[in-house]
Amino acid sequence: MENVMEQKIALELRNITKTFGSVVANKNVSLKVRKGEILSILGENGSGKTTLMNMVAGIYFPDSGQIFADGQEVEIASPKDAFRYKIGMIHQHFKLVDVFTAAENIVLGLKDEKRFDMPGYIEKIKAITEQYGFELDPNKKIYEMSVSEKQTVEIIKALFRGADILILDEPTAVLTPQETVKLFRVLRNMKESGKAIIIITHKLHEVLSLSDNVAVLRKGEYIGTVKTAETNESELTEMMVGKKISLNIERSEVENRTERLIVDKIDCNSRDGVKLLDDVSFTAYSGEILGIAGIAGSGQRELLEAIAGLQNLDDGSIIYNNPKTGTKENLRDKTPLEIRQMGVRLAFVPEDRLGMGLVGNMDIVDNMMLRSYKKGKSVFLQRKQPKSLAEEIIEKLEVVTPSASTPVRRLSGGNVQKILVGREIASAPTVLMAAYPVRGLDINSSYTIYNLLNEQKKKGVAVIFVGEDLDVLIELCDRIMVIGSGKIAGFVDARNTTKEEIGIMMTKSEPHNSEV
Amino acid sequence: MIATIIQRAVMQGTPLLFGSTGEILTEKSGHLNLGIPGIMYVGAISGVAGAFLYEQSLASPELLNPILAVLIPLLCSLVGSTLMGLIYCFLTVTLRANQNVTGLALTTFGIGVGNFFGGSLIKLVDSDVPSIALSATSNAFKTELPFAHSLGWFGEIFFSYGFLVYVAIIVAIIASFILNKTRIGLHLRAVGENPATADAAGINVTRYKYITTSIGSAIAGLGGLYYVMDYANGVWSNNGFGDRGWLSIALVIFSVWRPSLSILGSILFGFLYVIPTYIPNITVSDKKLFEMLPYVVTIIVLIITSMRNKKENQPPAALGLPYFREER
Repeated sequence: MENVMEQKIALELRNITKTFGSVVANKNVSLKVRKGEILSILGENGSGKTTLMNMVAGIYFPDSGQIFADGQEVEIASPKDAFRYKIGMIHQHFKLVDVFTAAENIVLGLKDEKRFDMPGYIEKIKAITEQYGFELDPNKKIYEMSVSEKQTVEIIKALFRGADILILDEPTAVLTPQETVKLFRVLRNMKESGKAIIIITHKLHEVLSLSDNVAVLRKGEYIGTVKTAETNESELTEMMVGKKISLNIERSEVENRTERLIVDKIDCNSRDGVKLLDDVSFTAYSGEILGIAGIAGSGQRELLEAIAGLQNLDDGSIIYNNPKTGTKENLRDKTPLEIRQMGVRLAFVPEDRLGMGLVGNMDIVDNMMLRSYKKGKSVFLQRKQPKSLAEEIIEKLEVVTPSASTPVRRLSGGNVQKILVGREIASAPTVLMAAYPVRGLDINSSYTIYNLLNEQKKKGVAVIFVGEDLDVLIELCDRIMVIGSGKIAGFVDARNTTKEEIGIMMTKSEPHNSEV
Repeated sequence: MIATIIQRAVMQGTPLLFGSTGEILTEKSGHLNLGIPGIMYVGAISGVAGAFLYEQSLASPELLNPILAVLIPLLCSLVGSTLMGLIYCFLTVTLRANQNVTGLALTTFGIGVGNFFGGSLIKLVDSDVPSIALSATSNAFKTELPFAHSLGWFGEIFFSYGFLVYVAIIVAIIASFILNKTRIGLHLRAVGENPATADAAGINVTRYKYITTSIGSAIAGLGGLYYVMDYANGVWSNNGFGDRGWLSIALVIFSVWRPSLSILGSILFGFLYVIPTYIPNITVSDKKLFEMLPYVVTIIVLIITSMRNKKENQPPAALGLPYFREER
């Protein structure tokens, strides 16, 4: 590591602070990265990693603090400025034109004085791919490419524009293990040739195998930077999750525990062949809240959608024990309508409230009818019942709205969520699945939601709660299932666990490939 | 006779070629301009008005300067149709109005403007028939190459047209070259495919949309001018333009957004249009069936390209979608 210490500092941030309204995204963050160094920025979801890097890339502008590039203080107001200081960021969502070739995408927007010389550009691209060991055909169209190839195009795009400081936002989230190995190989090659590389991640084994230094952020605050060689997983986890905070969520004892939903060895692959769910098995019991903890995008969404009938599986079964009839039904590969017709009373609060849960332009009453539109006998809509349901929810859950005929999109996030949860609960479910139901909600609304979930638990509903705040999961749930990269990392008893224990399980999720 | 049919087909296809080249450029920037029929109509009446005023200012038709007789209507036509294009841009790019509604409104508006001024001019000359004839101007537009008739059928097929026919073909070739071989073309296609990506790459999306849509309208307007001055021998009568505007838009789909293919497509469409005239003893109803053929062919092309689902043959991905940079 000595030679690294001698290297010049490529990028330095001093006391960067950024707030969005009243939310502090970054508070007094300082860090530096040298030439020929790989720095990991580690933190949980919402810890401000991406926001921080977006300020370096010119997408956001810091409220206060200084940025130094190559020893000079710089002001980065736009992505163009970032390029001028040789900073290139590879975002999680690629910005590429589908019908263009790789080369066309790479040169897009370049304004050099020379004439438009495609063969010349392709030669230059080939030189870059050879230098760093990329695999890319410059003439291949983007729509024929895998996610990994698209990522390669984005990286070369940055290098083509002369980037010396490369920022990658969760680069391995969409890659297969083999592709990850390849990516790390080229990143190491780039490091050798003197580039400064920053990678945003929350996967501990990647941090330990790839980077020279690790900077840790927690809830927007800078915790510290440690040398990778001098640290270990448990120290990093502790820096990442911090000390326990008491929330005082009431939790009743589990009563009448019976098997309600038995998920057995389900598998699910994405179109690109990435495993989204890998051999997932668990049982949800009535009268219990089962928490699901994990880094965002570890397969939580696919799991819930598979149960709700929105995601086809490659293997396994989902057995529902009907408490009324005592029959067992397999829900695998059924549509939501088929599931309902089988008499399965399933309620689903998806994470995408206004996309999957409610229709923003429709009013509260009409949104109630999305659940019951099949019920009426006559050709005409029956508005009376949904209307009284809407009014009941508004009153009981204290929804702040001018009236029941207000379009849902005009309400605040908390009120939208209350309407969605209220509607789902009104169908008297036996299984209630809620994905991040308190995301973006203020404290009071959050507690209203916790109470609603607890009420359902007391009624004997099997509640599945996907959450991101470990403090909430530990205080609200009875059992917590930890999921990582589509696999179950383990189960813990929420009454006797610690944040560190869950944190380690979440981030460790044993690498698929020992090389990584 | 075959040479005559081909010649008629080319003349019939030329307004369509102008219209479709203009519309292809516009659509490549992500804007579906259904105002093309109206814009072509305005292009025609603007030219007619210019020519009319010039002819009226002369003491006798013999004093007509052929160069001015071409330039004045040409300029008036370009100004008229570009103005229409700018109205469309202001509504759809700046105000982000619905493109289909705006386009259809412009078509209605353009035809209304044409008929209003056309009707007024007809009133001015106090003519017996509901039309005005600008024969002198038309003759200037129709000037053929001197050796056109000394080369037999070859000359008839290739050289017996007024200059606007060659302009239409050259413009289509230039448009094709710019779209596929230049940086400007690459940037323009990026704007129509994925404006957010283009924006992030530092391309001025709004400027590209304004400029291409305006140029596209100007080109389409020339189709209207050609129709009146050359094809119709300088005779303007209200609603004489027919469905050529819609055929131009159909031709865009037929030629799968490629101006080079559009040259051949326009001749084919023209051929389908004129062929019934050369069939002996054809009834009026059969003639109408023939007029339907270009649309049938377009629908078949649409079905085939949709079924083959080749990405290159699809419309620009962001066609018809307004773009605004997200609040960040």
